[in-house]
Amino acid sequence: MVFRDRFVPYLLLAPQVVVTIVFFLWPAGQAIYQSVLREDAFGLSRRFVWFENFDRLFADPAFWHSLGISILFAAAVATLALGASLMLANAANHVIRGRSWYRILLIWPYAIAPAIAGILWLFLFAPVVGIVPYILHQHFGWDWNHRLDRTEAMALVILAATWKLISYNFIFFLAGLQAIPRSLLEAAAIDGAGPARQFWAIIMPLLSPTTFFLLVVNGIYAFFDTFGIIHAVTAGGPGSPGATSILVYKVYRDAFLTLDLGASAAQSVVLMAIVVVLTVIQFRSVEKRVHYA
Amino acid sequence: MKHPRAERIRTALFRHGVLLVGLFIVAFPIWVAFVGSTLTSRDIRAVPMPLLPGSHGLETYWSVLTEGGGALSRKTPVAAMMWNSLVMAVCVAVGKIVISILSAFAIVYFRFPGRMLFFWLVFVTLMLPAEVRILPTFQVVADLGMLDSYAGLIVPLLASATATFLFRQFFLTVPKELAEAARIDGAGPLRFLWSVLLPLSATNIAALFVVLFIYGWNQYLWPLLVTKELETIVVGVYRLLAVGDDSIDWPVVMATAILAMTPPILVVVAMQRWFVKGLVDVEK
Repeated sequence: MVFRDRFVPYLLLAPQVVVTIVFFLWPAGQAIYQSVLREDAFGLSRRFVWFENFDRLFADPAFWHSLGISILFAAAVATLALGASLMLANAANHVIRGRSWYRILLIWPYAIAPAIAGILWLFLFAPVVGIVPYILHQHFGWDWNHRLDRTEAMALVILAATWKLISYNFIFFLAGLQAIPRSLLEAAAIDGAGPARQFWAIIMPLLSPTTFFLLVVNGIYAFFDTFGIIHAVTAGGPGSPGATSILVYKVYRDAFLTLDLGASAAQSVVLMAIVVVLTVIQFRSVEKRVHYA
Repeated sequence: MKHPRAERIRTALFRHGVLLVGLFIVAFPIWVAFVGSTLTSRDIRAVPMPLLPGSHGLETYWSVLTEGGGALSRKTPVAAMMWNSLVMAVCVAVGKIVISILSAFAIVYFRFPGRMLFFWLVFVTLMLPAEVRILPTFQVVADLGMLDSYAGLIVPLLASATATFLFRQFFLTVPKELAEAARIDGAGPLRFLWSVLLPLSATNIAALFVVLFIYGWNQYLWPLLVTKELETIVVGVYRLLAVGDDSIDWPVVMATAILAMTPPILVVVAMQRWFVKGLVDVEK
């Protein structure tokens, strides 16, 4: 309110506005526009087809399969990552000696790109050279091959995606735990509550806003930011419809490999709808978190 | 609670145990990758592969850095890829911070028609990650002739809702009297931004820089689509791998992967305090 000028504010906003319009709004509009067009792969002819692309998409079992495994993947990753990092953060919060060391080492995966994280796990589980298939074979007689087995492929990408998320959740849980007043836990201890009782009766309820927030963020991550893991580790396979071909991967594949532009655009629109819903929930959860803090 | 002391020790041991298992799970894949990068291809194919570093490391790292490697027909030295990633990460981080500071400054310190419209415009970008609009965005960049260029890699990523909101929140906490005083002293808005607001925002900028540097360095889908010659290292590792199971040169792939993760890990560890603050703030 302090400064008055007719042009300066627009000048300040110009870079953000230009980038947003050219690289966000215009392409998003194009995606919506293309989703109601039928176009051949070379862009030579196009015609308006209303919702035919969506009808085709919703009639395609491969789409429902992809949506189903996306949800399964997201649920598995979020559950595992939240559980593991809550255990770690709770332990780290009580440990005094060596706490900063644990923390420094536990945040490494956050810095590693999803695709690289996927490649590390791929190396561990590679059918011929990997160390884990060797151990599984020697001790359990289990012949691991995620190139052939659909369940094993899914398990591998879930592991890699979870591994990368642990650091992020750990940082937030630890911050949440440190905000819980010591006096509360001491009072409970005096009343005879052991560590387990304290955890379920005091810590968990107070952490629930953080947990809910992380659940949503983890869901967004699993749906949208795991493209690199899928692309590098399994390329959506094995089999058809691809056992690990989650929606973000399928959109890319339909657009750039199979050149089914209408289907890709229709799926982009579906993904936009999903991310809009998740973002709105995320903002709600942030409000809750602030109330609690 | 019959033996409080024994009980306490048992709990402490249990907690360290949990943390050590966590550390093992976090560190093991990185350790095996490092070991893999120091072995020869033949060592790796020995079953089981050794879990202690071999003696071939220096040679492998030197050759991938200077020449590149693997079974690809066109080899790119990893040093060149790392340079591309560095340019991208720094420009994305600095660019996002500059653009966001300018817009947040306009929103907080000016009243002008269309202010709310602009606010929504920024918010909407949150809901349009690259993954949901890849093909049309690719077409725009191609039409602008920006394929395989730094501009094409960087500019489309520069809009940032979270950074804009973060600076807006921060500017709102700065006492309005400061701006009044600056105006009475005859300083214009830009002068005030440069000499008063920016120094006050130093911690926020540092924290955000860490988060955004990692974001830029780790980009994958976008560089994969728009670059050919101008490989970033994260994509470079993938290209070494995408040659079919039998011809993968694992030591080269692992050495390149280790080089790809070292800079962001160093940044996170060196700037740990700011980084944690930045992360928690950005999500508020």
